[in-house]
Amino acid sequence: MGRKLLLEKAHVPGIRNYDVYRREGGYAAVEKALKTMTPDEVTEQVKKSGLRGRGGAGFPTGMKWSFLAKPEGVPRYLVCNADESEPGTFKDRYLMEHIPHLLIEGLIVSSYALGSNRTFIYIRGEYAWIVDILEQAIAEAKQNGWLGKNILGTGFNCEIYVQRGAGAYICGEETALIESLEGKRGNPRIKPPFPAVKGLWDCPTVVNNVETLAAVVPIINLGGDEYAKIGVGKSTGTKLISACGNINKPGVYEIDMTISVEEFIYSDEYCGGIANGKRLKACIPGGSSVPILPANLLLKTAKGETRMMNYESLSDGGFQTGSMMGSGGFIVLDEDQCVVRHTLTLARFYRHESCGQCSPCREGTGWMEKILHNIEYGKGKMSDIDLLWDIQRKIEGNTICPLGDAAAWPVAAAIRHFRDEFEWHVLNRQECLTRNYGLANYATPLPITA
Amino acid sequence: MQFSEEKLAKVKEIIARYPEGKQKSALLPVLHLAQEEFGGWLSTEAMDYVASLLQLEPIEVYEVATFYSMYNLKPVGKYTFEVCQTGPCMLRGSDDIIEYIKQVLNINVGETTPDGMFTLKTVECLGACGYAPMMQMGKHYREHLTKQKVDEIIAECRRNAAAGN
Repeated sequence: MGRKLLLEKAHVPGIRNYDVYRREGGYAAVEKALKTMTPDEVTEQVKKSGLRGRGGAGFPTGMKWSFLAKPEGVPRYLVCNADESEPGTFKDRYLMEHIPHLLIEGLIVSSYALGSNRTFIYIRGEYAWIVDILEQAIAEAKQNGWLGKNILGTGFNCEIYVQRGAGAYICGEETALIESLEGKRGNPRIKPPFPAVKGLWDCPTVVNNVETLAAVVPIINLGGDEYAKIGVGKSTGTKLISACGNINKPGVYEIDMTISVEEFIYSDEYCGGIANGKRLKACIPGGSSVPILPANLLLKTAKGETRMMNYESLSDGGFQTGSMMGSGGFIVLDEDQCVVRHTLTLARFYRHESCGQCSPCREGTGWMEKILHNIEYGKGKMSDIDLLWDIQRKIEGNTICPLGDAAAWPVAAAIRHFRDEFEWHVLNRQECLTRNYGLANYATPLPITA
Repeated sequence: MQFSEEKLAKVKEIIARYPEGKQKSALLPVLHLAQEEFGGWLSTEAMDYVASLLQLEPIEVYEVATFYSMYNLKPVGKYTFEVCQTGPCMLRGSDDIIEYIKQVLNINVGETTPDGMFTLKTVECLGACGYAPMMQMGKHYREHLTKQKVDEIIAECRRNAAAGN
């Protein structure tokens, strides 16, 4: 059984409440950081830990922090990105619902390291009840002297506020999030300047994901070097994976990134195998934006090595034969599922969520949805498949923010690995309305031994 | 059109979270309050009121209200079913759930029942993929939906409405 750092205490009865959390060793990281470390020393530990951003991009957190500009007399801000909206991803929600004080504790330590006296949690608007949970935790922390003025007598002041979004996937992109927090439409900004120099209200700002900031707590408690020993290579520490789709045990699992994908899917400790005795067809391992992989490439890399649940192994082979860890949204498709239909729902999602600023994304996402709709509903032409390929190529890399790429990649990967399923839809216009392609010919999944 | 004293106090509290002169940041939270207070949707009058409250031009409010999917720009029923239809929910049968609700309530997506009780909307991923299929109703999620569960939720709404809640 893998080591747990974030969810270890998540099931202690009453852990949502301050008293229980404190009794279980909570807020020790705040004491340690504020009383025995300078802000730079905290950042140093985060650097040493090798922690990578848990929102999807996987950028080293300590490095991001070290970019923060510190001009004299200008406030700096830490903003926690709780706008969890990537289809397949529900891990931050789980963490905030079950163990909210862990996030608050991580926020206080991180605010201290970055010099943020006013820290915001930007949470997606639909998570309305979690706002209450977080505000309750913040109030308890404040009552007990962990927030407010002159915390622990150190002279450090900090307040945390929760800001609700109102339904826009794009606000998970950090500059769109900042725009939204300023009371505007969530249109991403052109970078540079990066938020580290010019962010919220034009002040230096760090935006980090919920899980990233929660992970700062075990990093301070254990020390960066010890934290870095957990995991493998550049995939240090633990990662929350939210597993969904056609599996027996959907849910949020904390893994230490040393287990194989096969173990994650078939072991009873995690997903518990494919539901209803079906076979595995395909999987999107890191949230809807990352490439879908057929079963054979999911379980083994193109070189024939066992695919592991970590950043390096999941991306082994690049986009030709690999995928990405992404946000950890693990979507499993069984043999009865239609890849065209699934890709259509994702294309519809990205069309709906495009902010409309850049024409390749605004127009391209609409085109992709329409063409996929035609193919799925028996009105497609063979040339549509090439047209889809062409459109996604013209979106990728040609937009201000990564939403364009995020919309292009799922379509590209679906065609790359499941082209015959698309062709079958075109050639069997009636049949595709009444039955799915199944496993057929595209790639024979490996026999499952687990 | 005016907020209650309680809501006005809340607006003040929200504005105080931001530095001096940055009250525009309060726009999203205050629009949520307005939607709660003024019948579940944002009329032009409601948006103009919010603009005056935060010292903004009305257009600054309109452009935000039209961008975010949670703000209703036309009246909705007493209960709004917002059913997720994105990939992970689709894999677990959300299409059937949407069809079933359409049939039971005899309305299409985007419509409200003639008695003003129910509105059906489809939404994109709400972050409940492991508990699919699901929908949002008011502040909370209803998860692991089945046809039977949908029946129960509808009955529950009718009971609550009859009891005046």
